[in-house]
Amino acid sequence: MQHAPYWLVVVLLMVGFYTMIASANLVKRLIGLGVFQVAVFFLYILLAKVRGGTAPILEEGIALYSNPLPHVLILTAIVVSVATTALGLALVVRIYHAYGSMDEDELVQHDNEVESALAARDARVLQAPRKAESS
Amino acid sequence: MTENLLILLLLVMLIVIAVAVHRLRSLFAAAMLFGLFSLVAALAYVLLDAVDVALTEAAVGAGISTILMLSTLALTHQRTEARHRRHLAALCTVIFTGAVLLWATTDMPGFADPESPVHQHLAPYFLQESASDIGIPNAVTSILASYRGYDTLGEVVVVFTAGVAVLGLLGGRRSSGRQRREED
Repeated sequence: MQHAPYWLVVVLLMVGFYTMIASANLVKRLIGLGVFQVAVFFLYILLAKVRGGTAPILEEGIALYSNPLPHVLILTAIVVSVATTALGLALVVRIYHAYGSMDEDELVQHDNEVESALAARDARVLQAPRKAESS
Repeated sequence: MTENLLILLLLVMLIVIAVAVHRLRSLFAAAMLFGLFSLVAALAYVLLDAVDVALTEAAVGAGISTILMLSTLALTHQRTEARHRRHLAALCTVIFTGAVLLWATTDMPGFADPESPVHQHLAPYFLQESASDIGIPNAVTSILASYRGYDTLGEVVVVFTAGVAVLGLLGGRRSSGRQRREED
């Protein structure tokens, strides 16, 4: 039972991971990334906890504090995670304006259509001079 | 003991919210529920003695992230996810990774163990000396702004880079859209 919080964190980590790789919608994937990141933060914060300790704000008469170092690392990580989320969402907006969709399957389908249309055009361009010669 | 039970309860709540976010097809509802997810996470951080982290999570995670998600949904016109696909390969990957991680937790020190290796190095120094070195009672602030000041500088560089990149991606959007329309 001593490891129960870690088990729950692993489950949370995997729920975020599954949302990230199984969702077709790009915003949903970024939400999955957010869940994954929060689970990683919890892993650090759980490690910092000391039984019977208090928040690391120094005060007379308190002997036991939780470890402040992981808190600092996660403070930095939270801000960086929001920066990466902002960048990801900006990319989603650009993709939406270029393709009219933010669903991965539709993006791939659109790309394939464009590719086959270009291939068909190239084939026509290559065949055109030969037809001219034969006539 | 009750504190530990509360922490476990909040973690279970977080898992339930994460599953609900995955199953929701309305993107607006998913974004709002993700804000709630951050708020519950902040609550759990308070119970784990990480009050500074809780403040940041509540302000940045629940506040700014939600605003970013909602503005993305406002800039695009897609409100719902097209459909759910069941992804067998993804499920297998997730279950396998989860099993390996669960196996790895058996090697970790017990939860809240004061003898854990994390607490033997650096942390005692910070807790004993930061009051006289820096002169403020909050050890987290002392480490953030002074002992690990370069980390914070690096963080500022990352946020600046991300800000410039977002401006570069979205700032020229109108003019490039107009150009494309003229080309058409």
